[in-house]
Amino acid sequence: MYRLWQSGNPLQSSMIDLSLLDLTLAAGLILIAIGLSYRQRIGLTRDLAIGAVRTVVQLVLVGYVLVYIFALDRWYLVVAALLIMLAVAAWTAGGRQDRPTRQLYGILGLAMLLGSGLTLVYVGSLVVRADPWYDPRYLIPLFGMIIGNAMNSASLAAERLAGEMDARRAEVEAYLALGASPARATEDAVRRATRASMIPMVNSLMVVGIVALPGMMTGQIIAGASPLSAVRYQIVVMFMLMAAVTVTGTLVPLWYRNTFFTPAEQLKVPETG
Amino acid sequence: MDNASPAFTLQQVEQVKAGTRALDGISLSVPQGQITVLIGPSGAGKSALLRLLNRLDDPTAGKIRYRGQRINDIPVRTLRRRVGFVFQTPVAFPGTVRDNLALAASIAEVPADKIDDRIGSSARLADIDDELLDRPADRLSGGQLQRVTIARALMTGPETLLMDEPTASLDPETAATIGQTIACLSSQRGLTVVMASHRIAEAKELAGHAVMLDKGKVVEAGPATQLFESSHPRLRAFLSRVG
Ligand SMILES: Nc1ncnc2c1ncn2[C@@H]1O[C@H](COP(=O)(O)OP(=O)(O)OP(=O)(O)O)[C@@H](O)[C@H]1O
Ligand SMILES: [Mg+2]
Repeated sequence: MYRLWQSGNPLQSSMIDLSLLDLTLAAGLILIAIGLSYRQRIGLTRDLAIGAVRTVVQLVLVGYVLVYIFALDRWYLVVAALLIMLAVAAWTAGGRQDRPTRQLYGILGLAMLLGSGLTLVYVGSLVVRADPWYDPRYLIPLFGMIIGNAMNSASLAAERLAGEMDARRAEVEAYLALGASPARATEDAVRRATRASMIPMVNSLMVVGIVALPGMMTGQIIAGASPLSAVRYQIVVMFMLMAAVTVTGTLVPLWYRNTFFTPAEQLKVPETG
Repeated sequence: MDNASPAFTLQQVEQVKAGTRALDGISLSVPQGQITVLIGPSGAGKSALLRLLNRLDDPTAGKIRYRGQRINDIPVRTLRRRVGFVFQTPVAFPGTVRDNLALAASIAEVPADKIDDRIGSSARLADIDDELLDRPADRLSGGQLQRVTIARALMTGPETLLMDEPTASLDPETAATIGQTIACLSSQRGLTVVMASHRIAEAKELAGHAVMLDKGKVVEAGPATQLFESSHPRLRAFLSRVG
């Protein structure tokens, strides 16, 4: 806690601190949403209320955890926090699949670990050059962004590959019947899955700054950073996210496709239906 | 010709698919160098049997040999190149007919300088007009595409072709010409053909050897001339129903 406020971040000085009263006033906004959805019978009132409470509880908890991690300033606590973020992301990505198996969770987790880990190491050591290397003020927010995007990529890639494998059974067997390897038989399906996983991020590269200001950049500007310095960070972030998304979206289909075949290179019968 | 050494021998082969006994104690020998036709009602196990012969599936029990060798001892890709498969519903790969054939050649590791020759001879054997070679494969008629998949299977230089009702989705006339193509493959190239068929006339015309399956069991097997004259009641009943 101490270090956080003490570290003499020049940005801090110009930022307006929000008081509890300010927060209470902000709650008026969510009340407007709840009131409207109740009146219009949208059927989301309950979810909205639960969501509002969860937002407050989760963010406050995370805030305290971060304050704690920042204050203790130990590399292993930072690494543990990153691993927990990874595990939750892998769990979420797996849960979105139609046929999540333990093996699939493992594949998603490992691909995300490599995709986001390599990117974080690259950015942390070569671009931002945090000192100490584990400085949580950089690593945790950066990894948060990376893992969120890697998670979407992993989940899209897996979903698309499963869909392609279902739709292309006849084609894949036609390849196998010619003596093709499973890799050869699924080249196109794998490519499409990777592509699908990359498209949202590629679209963001196209419109960033024009259609929407990214959250991090907005935050930095509010915190008092010059827009130009915020832009530099945002450029790094966009490139780093693209790398993480691409590595993850490439690895997931490459590994996942093997689970559709027996050791004798036969297409497995789908487990359900 | 029936005492020629067998292409396939099956011993007590059993295949259970999702709880269904698709094949139930099949013992059989399939002669080399001729056309063996599998007949039998829908659900008899014809497809299930064919899929075992180049290991698109493995049986739940029993032994299968190909030319005296246990098929599990042959590297699976080698087996599949030696024993081609033509599916009932043809699948076009991307690109032109030529691309389709070239792709099969590259899968089978045909040397680059031999690919064009092989495309020419496979297309000829499958009776594909030259002018079709540069057409997109996904814009052919059903019969044309089925010929392409036959030619594609020939690209790997197989000794044996498995065909699962290759003419079932075609009109009778097209089916008849493809039947002739298959007959030529066997008579001119000495290819062993194992073919499931719903068309009894076709089966009678092409078959050197015939096997009737029902409910996963062999009802009768033997030289086609004998089988189609057999007095076995189940076989007679089936033939009179379809034929
Ligand atoms: N994937 C599968 N899951 C469950 N049962 C299956 C599966 N495939 C085949 N069967 C069953 O196995 C049996 C044999 O099927 P098979 O497809 O070999 O018959 P067939 O003789 O080829 O019939 P048809 O003439 O209709 O093609 C049938 O009872 C069928 O219902
Ligand atoms: Mg069938």
